Amino acid sequence: MSSHSNTVDHATHAHDNHDHSHDHHEQSFWSKYIFSTDHKMISKQFLITAIFMGVVAMMLSIFFRLQLAWPGQSFSILEYFLGKKWAPNGVLDSNMYLALVTIHGTIMVFFVLTGGLSGTFSNLLIPLQIGARDMASGFLNMLSFWFFAVSSLIMFYSMFIETGPASAGWTIYPPLSALQEAIPGSGLGMTLWLVSMTLFVAGSLLGSINYIVTVLNLRTKGMTMTRLPLTIWAFFVTAILGVLSFPVLFAAVLLLIFDRSFGTSFYLSDIFISGQAMEQTGGSPVLFQHLFWFLGHPEVYIVLLPALGITSEVISTMSRKPIFGYRAMIGSILAIGFLSFIVWGHHMFITGMNPFLGSVFVFTTLLIAIPSAVKAFNYVTTLWKGNLKLSPAMLFAIGLVSTFVTGGVTGIILADSALDINVHDTYFVVAHFHIVMGASAIFGMFCGVYHWFPRMFGRMMNNKLGYAHFWITFIAVYGVFFPMHFIGLTGVPRRYYSNEAFALFENLQSINILITVFAIIGALAQGLFIFNFFYSMYRGKKSLQNPWESNTLEWTAPVEHLHGNWPGELPTVYRWPYDYSKPGKDVDFVPQTVPLSPGEEEH
Amino acid sequence: MISLLTYAAIILGIVAIARLLKVYELSATLKGNEQEDAVSYSDNKFNARLMMVFLFAFFAFCIYLVISYKDNLLPEAASEHGVEIDSLFNFNLLIIGIVFIAVNILLFYFAYKYYSRKGLKATYFAHSTKLEMIWTVVPAVFLAVIIIYGLAVWNKITSPIDSNKAVVMELFAEQFKWTARYGGADNVLGETNYKLTADMNPLAIDTTDKNAWDDKISNGEFHIPVNKVVLMYFRSKDVLHSAYMPHFRAQMNCVPGMRTEFHFTPTITTAEMKVKTNNPEFEYVLLCNKICGATHWNMQMKIVVDTEDDYKKWLAEQKTFKEKSMAQTAIENKVAINH
Ligand code: HEM
Ligand SMILES: [Cu+2]
Ligand SMILES: [Cu+2]
Repeated sequence: MSSHSNTVDHATHAHDNHDHSHDHHEQSFWSKYIFSTDHKMISKQFLITAIFMGVVAMMLSIFFRLQLAWPGQSFSILEYFLGKKWAPNGVLDSNMYLALVTIHGTIMVFFVLTGGLSGTFSNLLIPLQIGARDMASGFLNMLSFWFFAVSSLIMFYSMFIETGPASAGWTIYPPLSALQEAIPGSGLGMTLWLVSMTLFVAGSLLGSINYIVTVLNLRTKGMTMTRLPLTIWAFFVTAILGVLSFPVLFAAVLLLIFDRSFGTSFYLSDIFISGQAMEQTGGSPVLFQHLFWFLGHPEVYIVLLPALGITSEVISTMSRKPIFGYRAMIGSILAIGFLSFIVWGHHMFITGMNPFLGSVFVFTTLLIAIPSAVKAFNYVTTLWKGNLKLSPAMLFAIGLVSTFVTGGVTGIILADSALDINVHDTYFVVAHFHIVMGASAIFGMFCGVYHWFPRMFGRMMNNKLGYAHFWITFIAVYGVFFPMHFIGLTGVPRRYYSNEAFALFENLQSINILITVFAIIGALAQGLFIFNFFYSMYRGKKSLQNPWESNTLEWTAPVEHLHGNWPGELPTVYRWPYDYSKPGKDVDFVPQTVPLSPGEEEH
Repeated sequence: MISLLTYAAIILGIVAIARLLKVYELSATLKGNEQEDAVSYSDNKFNARLMMVFLFAFFAFCIYLVISYKDNLLPEAASEHGVEIDSLFNFNLLIIGIVFIAVNILLFYFAYKYYSRKGLKATYFAHSTKLEMIWTVVPAVFLAVIIIYGLAVWNKITSPIDSNKAVVMELFAEQFKWTARYGGADNVLGETNYKLTADMNPLAIDTTDKNAWDDKISNGEFHIPVNKVVLMYFRSKDVLHSAYMPHFRAQMNCVPGMRTEFHFTPTITTAEMKVKTNNPEFEYVLLCNKICGATHWNMQMKIVVDTEDDYKKWLAEQKTFKEKSMAQTAIENKVAINH
């Protein structure tokens, strides 16, 4: 802040001195840190909320992994956190097991990787990388965060109620999610889940609309669509996917609320429970699945695309090479975005769906593998003959490419309806989606935090801790999720409280212990990150203006927190963002603000 | 007290790391080797080497898992279509295995080979239509093969069959158990209506439907004959369940308000499988594979694949719906009279 941030009388100062530029006016604590309309502050709010939720979700996964590795054993930590009701004598209760799995999945997918990832980086980077003073509407942007924050709070709170949180899986398929008689978590817990998700959708829509409008209208002079960094393309398409698919989730949730509370029968039919025949007939639980997955599949790309955008940027910058196949990358983002709307049926091959319809979904799903493959190969080619600066961000980017491929290829098995018959809903699926979506997206998020930390806080994170964090996390991720393929191929269904009921699974205990040990190591390693994050925020080494020698616009803005981003005029753009190591230049990067020299060709 | 000590130790630990970092950074500045580069040469080299170490360790881990767990995987498929599913699986596994190995090798090798050092300059290589065509067309060709092969198997599995030639039966799911019902002498399952559910009629069979009277009902286990098509229908009483029979590579959801179906031909009897797996305890099982509540993890039923004769013998011993409900009624009447 400027020198007069020391003045005693903030309020009068800001109002009386009209000659001060807009950028320098004083803000109260509330309007600066809490109800901020500045995109940079909002992005930090999203990030910190997501880190908190991520820690919660990770702890839940450790709780249920303890039960899977050592079924029926007593753990005082379980009793400490869950209480006597849900972990009597330190042994996890089977209803609570399902609740933990459900809330773990919900938080990870929606709160960490949708709200957290898009919220943080779309907010930080869209205005800064396109050369805008802020989002199109700062107010809506603030609302979007507060919807997110309140929905996070409700989801968090739901874990502490008497009957336990929602327990029907993150996919909340009715009738289980509709009937309190079927599982206690479908009482108040489910109501809170539905309320929380409704607010979440509202917040996400406000955010997405803002991102779309900002990208379309507020690009600075010279910033054509084909000069946008791939980050922005990814955030832009992600926001469009969100706007088109989240309302469908909202509709699905609304109808479920009707079924639960007002006796309608959208999803319920011919049910006999607790000694009574319910009135509802004519509904279909399968309808819910169609609605849910119409959101749910695009959702996995809502989670993944921002991560891919971030890593495209980081891999190019840190390889000191242009991203290979810029236009093909945009093309594949668009193709993935489009195709993601016509593949939802691959989650429903064995619901009794018409087999021909199943064939159509096989076809569309396997089509998506093509743009995904193009992306993977383009990343690898970008590394080829590069000059790689292996910063922690770059390591996470490389890790993402690995998990994206390793997890992506098993998608081909799951997309093949005939094969899905036998692996559907088994641990093979858990392995697949954790590697391709969970690990990749989390890696994208870490990559972004390490890379843009200097832009957010003006300081560098510690590299050594970053390296330790990366390597332990990377090893733990494969250590946890790779063996799950084998568990799945043994036939173990997901969402099983214990594998002890079947002779078929009796040799799996050692592999389950292996997984849990890796999970605990991985979880502890996140302490390195959290420490590094908060320590560096205050004590980290001061960063240079452009520490990674990057071409994009965000590094031309001063590090100081400044409303409006650039003190004077907005920068003008003359070239694409990937002129790294361009022949005929003295330095290995040419920022977008540098005009083409005479006779120079734009890539 | 212990927990207080633990907290204290954690806090002290954090403070110690913070101090160490500060000292480390200060000494780096003093020595004057604060690089203008954000990543130092030694860090680059170190991480580049770890890339190769990781690559080998990762593949070694995969091989270790394959070796130590391959015998735990499901035994050979015990149904006609299951064999085809397994070959389709192996075919796909071969292709994706090659992609998985090749891309990971390239990725980590490049990350190692091109780490930044003095004199290294990146090649400006932004685009190549030829390369991009290759990795659009080649995957497309392989995927076309996968799609065609996969759909051929899928169509074969799902194409309708003549129910006259099949053993017609039903699996009824409820929290947290299964009940099997057979078409009986006429091989036709009687109609049902969920409103008729009662203690005496847990499957909600319509007693006015004559086809229902000869239906046979079995709890705890059910038998099917080897080498004959079994046409299974599925119903659920309360929430979603999924009938999963991994040895037969068979699965279908059980949906309240809907009747779903699946058919397959078992090819190996339980007795033969005991020999093949070298496990005298071996049994086929039916599991629930759709989250359905607290005991979802233990909702099971034994399946026995018999020779045709044994199957007929077993079925003859089972009571028909009519006999069962008459016996029930008799008991209830007796109870009523005695009171
Ligand atoms: C700390 C590392 C993690 C561990 C050890 C872990 C472990 C697990 C396990 C074992 C399950 C399956 C439990 C069951 O089916 O019984 C599960 C479910 C799930 N996890 Fe994770 N996970 C981790 C991180 C993540 C991340 C980063 C994501 C983000 C996508 C994620 C998303 C999910 C989802 C969506 C489910 C399904 C929940 C459901 O079945 O309703 N997890 N997790
Ligand atoms: Cu999907
Ligand atoms: Cu069940």
